[in-house]
Amino acid sequence: MSYFWYQLRRSPLMLLGLLILLAVGLAVGLAGWVAPYDPEQINLVQRLAAPSAQHWFGTDEVGRDIFSRVLYGGQQSIGVGLFVAGCASVVGAIVGCFSGILGGRIDGLIMRTMDVVLSVPSLVLIMALAAALGPSLFNAMLAITLVRIPFYVRLARGQTLSIREMAYVQAAWTFGAGRRHVVRWHVVRNAASPIVVQATLDVGGAILMAAALGFIGLGAQQPTAEWGAMVATGRNFLLDQWWYTVTPGCAILVTALACNLVGDGVRDLLDPKSRVK
Amino acid sequence: MTIMDLPMAPGAGAGQQEQDLVLEVRDVRVRFPMVRDWRGRVAQSAHALNGIDLRIRRGEAFGIVGESGCGKSTLAQVLMGLLPPTEGEVRRQPRGDGRPANVQIVFQDPQSSLDPRLPAWKVIVEPVVVRGRRAAPGRDSRSGRAALRACAAELAVQVGLRPETLDRYVHEFSGGQRQRIAIARALSSDPDVIVLDEPTSALDISVQAQILNLLQDLRGRHGLTYVLISHNVSVVRHLCDRVAVMYLGQIVEQGTAAAVLETPRHPYTRELLDAVPRLDRPWTDGAPAEPVELPGNRVLPAGCFFRERCPWARQGCERPQPLLCDADAPQHLFRCHVAQK
Amino acid sequence: MNADATPILDVRGLSLEFPVFGGAVRALNGVSLRVMPGEIVGIVGESGSGKSVTAMAALRLLPPDGYRVAEGSLHLGGDDVLAAPESIVRQWRGRRAAMIFQEPMTALNPTQRIGEQMCGVLRAHRRVRSRDALAQAESLLRDMMIPDPAQVLRAYPFELSGGMRQRVMVAMAFSCDPDLLIADEPTTALDVTVQRQVLQLLRHHARERGTAILFITHDMAVVSQLCDRVYVMYAGTVVEQGPTRRVLRDPRHPYTRGLLDGLPEGASPGTALAAIPGQVPDMRHPPSGCPFFDRCAFADEACRQRPALLPLDTDTPEPAAAGEGAAEERLLACWHPLAQPAADMPGERT
Repeated sequence: MSYFWYQLRRSPLMLLGLLILLAVGLAVGLAGWVAPYDPEQINLVQRLAAPSAQHWFGTDEVGRDIFSRVLYGGQQSIGVGLFVAGCASVVGAIVGCFSGILGGRIDGLIMRTMDVVLSVPSLVLIMALAAALGPSLFNAMLAITLVRIPFYVRLARGQTLSIREMAYVQAAWTFGAGRRHVVRWHVVRNAASPIVVQATLDVGGAILMAAALGFIGLGAQQPTAEWGAMVATGRNFLLDQWWYTVTPGCAILVTALACNLVGDGVRDLLDPKSRVK
Repeated sequence: MTIMDLPMAPGAGAGQQEQDLVLEVRDVRVRFPMVRDWRGRVAQSAHALNGIDLRIRRGEAFGIVGESGCGKSTLAQVLMGLLPPTEGEVRRQPRGDGRPANVQIVFQDPQSSLDPRLPAWKVIVEPVVVRGRRAAPGRDSRSGRAALRACAAELAVQVGLRPETLDRYVHEFSGGQRQRIAIARALSSDPDVIVLDEPTSALDISVQAQILNLLQDLRGRHGLTYVLISHNVSVVRHLCDRVAVMYLGQIVEQGTAAAVLETPRHPYTRELLDAVPRLDRPWTDGAPAEPVELPGNRVLPAGCFFRERCPWARQGCERPQPLLCDADAPQHLFRCHVAQK
Repeated sequence: MNADATPILDVRGLSLEFPVFGGAVRALNGVSLRVMPGEIVGIVGESGSGKSVTAMAALRLLPPDGYRVAEGSLHLGGDDVLAAPESIVRQWRGRRAAMIFQEPMTALNPTQRIGEQMCGVLRAHRRVRSRDALAQAESLLRDMMIPDPAQVLRAYPFELSGGMRQRVMVAMAFSCDPDLLIADEPTTALDVTVQRQVLQLLRHHARERGTAILFITHDMAVVSQLCDRVYVMYAGTVVEQGPTRRVLRDPRHPYTRGLLDGLPEGASPGTALAAIPGQVPDMRHPPSGCPFFDRCAFADEACRQRPALLPLDTDTPEPAAAGEGAAEERLLACWHPLAQPAADMPGERT
């Protein structure tokens, strides 16, 4: 644990990322208490109001407080990020380890399937899937997850293949270990860190992807607040009421950036070479 | 005389000798396909082992000496059962309870041969867990956890580690301590034979002395059989009873350690021993020589493999050489007709 | 050996630390050594002795932000290495001192042919034209007794064997005619027959060109055959030094004696070796007294204070052998130097 603080002191960027995530996470998580207004409360008198003491981020075209909507919208967007990173990494890691340890034709079959998925540009595939499943936030999440899985399969398989050649796995074969034992005792432990690093970085990426889907109308539907959808609607008012688009856009930017900073920091933390031997 | 001509001692027939053997290697050859033609058939192979015969007796320390490319690492893998030989077989003689001999291995590099993300006690008892699961599949390992830790602690004491340090991860130990962990792991499943693949090459010389003493001590205590593979001639001389010298996948000389390493007969063994730097022997300031490369093992030389480098090469060397011995020392075998008296 | 000549490498009282999690590791704890022009000096030690760090420090090859000089100085050819700007030090590397490492595969660029790498070195340091560089490279390889140098120049490193690669490294090291060649365990990874050839090569060329060699190894036998003088290092400091033959035949420091006694060569087969008990001290907390205190059979209260490296007081001075000058002194860092070999038992003092 103390090693963690030591690394934190050495990388101020990771510290910054963590602080931002902490602030955003608290604000978004406790939106119920922090948000001054109900995000769906319409107030036609106060339409498109500029940012003021009453409405920190101003109001939208039907008078809803944008700050509150950003906070509640964060729950959707960050939730998507966590779900995607979590599910894709776990499912992908399992499939990848399985493929790597079995080898042979099964491995070939799985990897060729993954290659097919990877050969299509991700955004296009996600959009196609989301459109096919029907516009909703859950379907968007599912589409993004499915398309991310092959990256983890590749990563986990690569790790498994190299761990398989390590002397300690050879030693395990010599005392009669089966493949299941090797995976449980050796592969999972040693393959974990690059997968964790990738998952941390993916949270930011998934948030961006969800926002992209929301922007084209395939994600969360009205009246649910979601950062991407808000950016999209705000496009229509960009010239005179810039705050409508800019504020959720900034939220996306700041959160994704913080995730990347933390991800880089996690990579350095888990890198055994930076430890004292 | 060739090995086939040796008379069997009366009374002590093949039967008793068979009982004393713990590991037997019969004409093992290993080829790795390197190049395949368009039809997928093998066009060129690397001939790693070219006819190895070994008879390792219970309780002895058998050394295998050679340089890189001689095939000793491949031989280690074959002995361990990690690599099936292309031809020939490896027989493990059954022990008392009828199961084949338990052969364990200690690798050269204590860093890569131990899982860096496991605590030391788990590394040590891993063989026990594996064998236990095979004997009684599905048994709950948690109830045996305490027993396993106790087993690890007891082995740690035997190899000179402090039991309270066993919860640490492997990278927190020094090189010598890691090798002790590897030795404890090899001991944990009650082995008959331990293959030691360059056990001290990666260690400091002061640690080497400690580990060699430990190995000697454990051998006496548990009645182990060692197969020591090394390029370090002095370590082999110190620890082993019998020695075989390998060159290009063949055994070129074999006999007791004293005979082979002090009075070598085969020209390769002589050259090897001559090149070993010794404290008591100053160098003659000669001009540097041209590099002598080991002939590749893709295309085996005809006849004696050592012919191109041999100062004694003459007629008769172009034919394949069998293992010969002198009449007065039937246990000292060498693959050179010129060296025979 | 001219005692007035400037040493090529002059290290005085150098202490160096690496800041790490939980403090700092004192890799060098007061090291003093020197290499005079034309001589072959060996450093013998084990892991943690600081021998490789000394070599890396001599050419400022340690990561710039990763270490801190606590005290002492290091001069290469009379100039201060630790204080000089990087651009100046870069000129020295290869010209004043060249280095050969243990693993030639990582020292050679695997994606470049040998010819390109050698020519690159020549062009950088000696300002030769490309055509001349190739011809010079070829003649250097021929000097290294490599048959068919033209083919080697066209080859990639992975196409050559370990021994060949090390010969190429030696050729590259000599290519700019350095005053000093630092070899850090260059033959440890090689087979014994190849090792002999590479060592012969090193010695032959060093003598011919008048290059000094600083040879770092853990192998006492190699030192005995190659080096004129030897430094024995333990826990970041020099504990014994002197002419090789004398130090190895008649070691006076308990650590040196322990190392030599622990070698299997000297012992009867099958007997227990005289191993030094214990382990190297943790250099995160360097010992205040003699670094060998915990493991020494002859240690007593006086040893709680760090002994200085002092000339050995020989009762029976040996006559100087041919080639050894008066400057071949023997220094020792020990309160209780051992007596002549056979007479020593724990408890006896000289």
